[in-house]
Amino acid sequence: MSAPALVIRNLSKVYDGTPAVNDISFTIETGEIFGLLGPNGAGKSTTINMIGGVTHIGGGSIEIFGHDNQSDYRTTRRQVGVMHQEIVIDNFFTIDQALQFHAGYYGVRNDEIWRQRLIERLGLGPHLHKVMIKLSGGLKRRFMIAKALIHKPRLLILDEPTAGVDVELRHTLWDFVREINRQGTTILLTTHYLEEAEQMCDRIAIMNHGKLIALQATRTLLKELGTRSLLVSLQTPVQGLPENLCGQGAELDSTGTMLQLTMSAGQSTGDLLKCLCDTDLPIADIETRKASLEEIFLQLTKAGKVEP
Amino acid sequence: MTNRPEPEFVSWLPFYTLLQKEIRRFLRVASQTLVTPVITATLYLFIFGATLGERISVLENFSYAQFVIPGLILMGVINNSFSNVASSLFMSRYLGNIVDLLVTPVTPTQFIMAYTLAAMLRGLAVGMIVWLISCLFAILPWAHPLAAVGMACLASFLFAQFGIIAAIHADNFDSLSMYTNFIILPLIYLGGVFYPISILPPLWASLSHLNPLFYLIDGFRYALLGVGDLPFPVSFGVGVTMSLVLFFWAASLIARSYRLRN
Repeated sequence: MSAPALVIRNLSKVYDGTPAVNDISFTIETGEIFGLLGPNGAGKSTTINMIGGVTHIGGGSIEIFGHDNQSDYRTTRRQVGVMHQEIVIDNFFTIDQALQFHAGYYGVRNDEIWRQRLIERLGLGPHLHKVMIKLSGGLKRRFMIAKALIHKPRLLILDEPTAGVDVELRHTLWDFVREINRQGTTILLTTHYLEEAEQMCDRIAIMNHGKLIALQATRTLLKELGTRSLLVSLQTPVQGLPENLCGQGAELDSTGTMLQLTMSAGQSTGDLLKCLCDTDLPIADIETRKASLEEIFLQLTKAGKVEP
Repeated sequence: MTNRPEPEFVSWLPFYTLLQKEIRRFLRVASQTLVTPVITATLYLFIFGATLGERISVLENFSYAQFVIPGLILMGVINNSFSNVASSLFMSRYLGNIVDLLVTPVTPTQFIMAYTLAAMLRGLAVGMIVWLISCLFAILPWAHPLAAVGMACLASFLFAQFGIIAAIHADNFDSLSMYTNFIILPLIYLGGVFYPISILPPLWASLSHLNPLFYLIDGFRYALLGVGDLPFPVSFGVGVTMSLVLFFWAASLIARSYRLRN
């Protein structure tokens, strides 16, 4: 059986006495799309920088495909491609030249077929001979993705790849990420667009104040932590909650025309509908609603309580 | 799940690529990196070779132009070797694109050698052009050609190391330019480019022996003219010692990724 793509054990990092990453451990299996989420300053980028080798490890260890990223860094760095959050480019060179340099830094000879595929899929073709300084923000982002992939890494790290990019590029990027994932590349991504994480990731870890506060399969996270509710629109305003709905987590809005019933664990939609039928409420419409990852995220990061 | 075959790793390629990138970087702005220093050196040659030089004599059997040319060549070598690595590495740190290298399998040795060789190439190219232009003003005897090449290489190597150290320690452009304006230039001008140390009063002559540039310039002049204030092995030995000290200093900074990672 092949080694996991990434094993992080008791990873820590302290900046000026403040822990940026505080004793976190997790594993990413080969072939996964893994989301690392958290508010600004949670320690996501510091973690990614330690994995990629940009930052020294403060404590703990990182193994990439079975190799320690300190003692065997020449092996591990070849297997990782990092797209950094900040746009980092060398203004002296064109996209074409920079891609050649990046393959070379990784000790990889130019693979024209792969290079052309990246250029084509990311729409860089017409801009290949432009110097970086003349590229738009979106093109720089596209170039950075190509740069992270030019040496065919087995683990691709995307640190907020869609920050500040338009919808079209976002779709192009995610389609491409899914495609390379299907071909065997493991993905570790951070994003502030939680809807994207919900759609893309097999598993999600949430960090806050340097600590890992949740780590679950995306579906499990949504199922276990996501509350469900019924939204009931009323034809005419009512003055107060009917007696049998009190204690059911029911809330009536200020207009008296919208009722929200939150389902407790083990309660079904049928149970709630039965309670509703027993009332004389003038029901106009009913909508069921599941809490999004965004709500779960806010709930967890505000509380910071759930242990993985 | 399908897997792409892992590409073959060529261990020397990271070094070669970084060297190539550094060379292409200075060639891309050749008007700044090659033409400007040559114009400066040509102006010196014109002033000291064709105008003032005819009225000054500091070394028996040699014109003043012949005396000053070795120092001007070495000045070009030193300044450009230093500037090449200092500006490139500092800009990479300043703009943040150094992370593009930090995430790759480039080893500290490859890192230092690539930056050093590119800096030496630029420094020696400028030195060579200055020498060619100097032929219009005076012909040098090239008394010990191998020693001259060795000394020029040593000087450019040494100042490439100094460039790495400066680029890592500098916090901003001002502090980087301080290395040039307050260290290199005074050392060059007081190191015997324009006058032999032997004509100075004893106190100043003794103080000049503390200037590391004096040994490089004197050794290079000896190699080209066949005369110098010091025996060549002393100049060369001091140059080698300084180069080793600065190399290990630079290597220790790079190996620890001092002010590069984090």
